[in-house]
Formats: sequence, C-alpha cells, structure tokens
Amino acid sequence: MNVGRFILQNHTQVVDLTLEHLWLVGVSTFLAMLIGIPLGILIAHRNRVSKPVLAGANIIQTIPGLALFGFLLPVPWLGARADRLAILALTLYALLPIIRSTYEGIRGVDPAVIEAGKGMGLTESQLLFQVELPLAVSVILSGVRVAAVISVGLATIAAAIGAGGLGEFIFRGLAMVDNRVILAGAIPAAILALLADFGVGWLERRLQPR
Amino acid sequence: MAGTQVLSGFNLQVTSGETLVLLGRSGSGKTTTLKLINRLVSPTSGEIRIDGKPHQQFDVIRLRRGIGYVIQEIGLFPHFTVARNIGLVPKIEGWPEDRIQARVQELLQLVGLEGTLASRYPHQLSGGQRQRVGVARALAANPEILLMDEPFGALDPLTRDEVQREFLLLQRQLHKTVVFVTHDLQEALRLGSRIALMEAGKLVTVLDPQEFLKSTDPWASAYVRAFGPGLEAATNRGTQ
Repeated sequence: MNVGRFILQNHTQVVDLTLEHLWLVGVSTFLAMLIGIPLGILIAHRNRVSKPVLAGANIIQTIPGLALFGFLLPVPWLGARADRLAILALTLYALLPIIRSTYEGIRGVDPAVIEAGKGMGLTESQLLFQVELPLAVSVILSGVRVAAVISVGLATIAAAIGAGGLGEFIFRGLAMVDNRVILAGAIPAAILALLADFGVGWLERRLQPR
Repeated sequence: MAGTQVLSGFNLQVTSGETLVLLGRSGSGKTTTLKLINRLVSPTSGEIRIDGKPHQQFDVIRLRRGIGYVIQEIGLFPHFTVARNIGLVPKIEGWPEDRIQARVQELLQLVGLEGTLASRYPHQLSGGQRQRVGVARALAANPEILLMDEPFGALDPLTRDEVQREFLLLQRQLHKTVVFVTHDLQEALRLGSRIALMEAGKLVTVLDPQEFLKSTDPWASAYVRAFGPGLEAATNRGTQ
C-alpha cells in the first residue's frame, strides 16, 4: 500500500483538510464548554433540574450523526453554510460528556469541605471559584477529553453535508473504492483524536488538585 | 427538610467567654442547634440573637466570618497549603499579605504546630495536626464566637487528650465564647464551663460540670451511670 506516497503527493490538501477538521472540532468543543460547564454547575447546585437537563443531553446523543446533520440542513440561517451547521451539530454532541462530568465533578467535592467553606463565610461565588471548580477541574476536563475525541470522529461525517474536514477524503475514497484515499483521511483523523486525548489528558493531570 | 421537627421549645443563653457544651446522643439536635447559630440552618420559628441583636439584622456572610466554625471532618481545602487554608478568610477580608503570613505563624504556634508546616498540604498531615489546623483556621479572623461540632471525635484517645488539654490552655488565653458539641460526657465535663443536655430535640437541663455529676435529673444521671466511675477526676472545676 502506498498510502504514504499518496499523502505526500497531496500534502497541501491533507494539511488544509486537517486544519479545517481541527477548526470544526476546536470551535464546537469550545462552544460546548461555554454552554456545558455553566449548565453542569447549575444542575450540580439545583439538583432538581439535573434529571431533565441530563436526559435532554442524553437524547441528543442518541440521534444518529448523519440524521442530525440532515435534520439541521433546512434550518434557514444554519443551512446557509455547511460549517455553521456542522459546528452546531458537533457542539450538541459534545454537550453530554461535558455537562455530566461538570455535574459529577462538583457533586464529588467532599461535603465537609463545602460546609466548612460556607461556615467560614465564603460567598457562593467564592466557594465556586476557589473551592468547587479547582477541586472538580480534572473531572471536568476528563469530560472535555471524551467530547473532543468523539468530535474528531464525528466531524468526518460533516463532509457529507459539505462542511469539509478530513471526511472529504473518506467519502471520496469510498466513492472511488480507493483505500489510499480513505486512509489519507482516516489516519490524520486518528492522529488528531490521539493528540486531543493526550493534550487534554496532560492538562487534566497538570491541574489535578493534590 | 420537609416535615420533621428537629428542635422545639428551645431556649438557651450562652454567656460571653464561656464554653457551653451541647451534650446529647446522635439525633438529639446538637448539630442543628449549632448550625442555627451561624445560619447554616434557618429556624422555622423563634429567634436567635447575638449580642442582643436579632439574627436577621446581620448579613449572613458577615455573620459567619465573625464566627469560627470547626467540624469533625475538619473540611480543610485539600488543594490549598496549610497557610492558605488558615489565611483564606483574612485574605478575602483584604488583609495585606505580610499581615496574613504573620497571623498564620502566630496561629500555628498558638495551636502547637511547627511554623514549617505552613507550606504543607492537608494530606501530608496527621489527624491531630489537621484538627489543629482546623482550629487555627477558625480563629484566623479573630472571631468572638467559636462553634465546634465534635471537633475531636475522630481522633485517637491519646491525641484527643492532647488537643483537649491544648484547647483548655487556649481558651484560658483567648476567652472566646465557645459552643461545643459532643456526645462524650468525659469531654463535656473536662472542657465545659456549663453543659446543656439535649434529648430528642429538647433542652433537658443546663448545669455546670460539678452539678451535672450530682444531678438527680433522670437523663443526666443516666449519662453519668453510662460513663461509669472515675469521671470526678476528669472534671472541670470551674476556675478558668
């Protein structure tokens, strides 16, 4: 197999598509953190709404990827640009692991520590930023890591609606029945997934409270 | 908190500078009483006053910062060093850094710990050391009132004996108003200037340690019987 040669010959395109892929995953994971972490904190503090929120995120997760892309296609503003749509879909998928890990991370903080903090007269935000979040950060990041790795895989499907990314090679290779082309998309995608896993994992260990 | 009434018909006055022990068995409402004082629990009815001023007139955060709080599980912040644990409230209160450091050292010495422990993390300390840090943290912003919820309950007997002795010495110096929860009569007799006996959410009686031993109250004498002879020797004789 001369996948290597194929990749070398088409390296500009491989690099372009990899960057595009990275952009889709990066932006969507970032947005999912922006929404998911506050939501996770909220449901950790107001346990009554935790069930419906987690159930909602769970339901999104059960929609098959291709179907979700298809559903969103006719939506006016979104459907106009494929990358917008792909980012929204990827964001939705990334929500569950991030909300859940934030919820569990915060709920997992030793209740005695919280009680001592309250008793000392910490305000809710002091308690959150000085105690709860620092103690939960590595658990939260473990969810971000899962979300990022899943997104790298899912983003390959985004090519089906024309959003670009490494899926382009995969779909093209499938159409051409050419394994080299498929692998030219799949291998960089696998490497991206490993890098995301490793990168966030590293951050997770660095921020681990002692 | 739906439905169950934890405390009722409760009337108790704590005098400035005394160590009032709330004694009773598990579920008698001791901890709830304590948490009413720093408003971790709010009463459904009734009134709590501090220096004659009703509770509601205090800002809850300010109120808590003026009350030291020590619990059995200690609840040290595991991601903070000893110094940051002790210095947290002063820091939030905006003390300058050098004053915080001086205060941390002063407090470590006060509770009988080496100054070098300041840079350690809680998991690097022994149980007794951790509990001392807990006490130091509660004293950090120099509160007038100290609430202690079975603070020495999880310690081995020797260490407990040690920290009890230190507590007496400390209290002799500081004269804080202390409300101390325990189910251990021996501890109550040793540390308390008065003992408030609780049972099933009610205040049974309030006695000083000497009276407690001689009391004919059925609950008090049941307690004394349960702990057996030899209590006399361990008793606080009232002189501070």
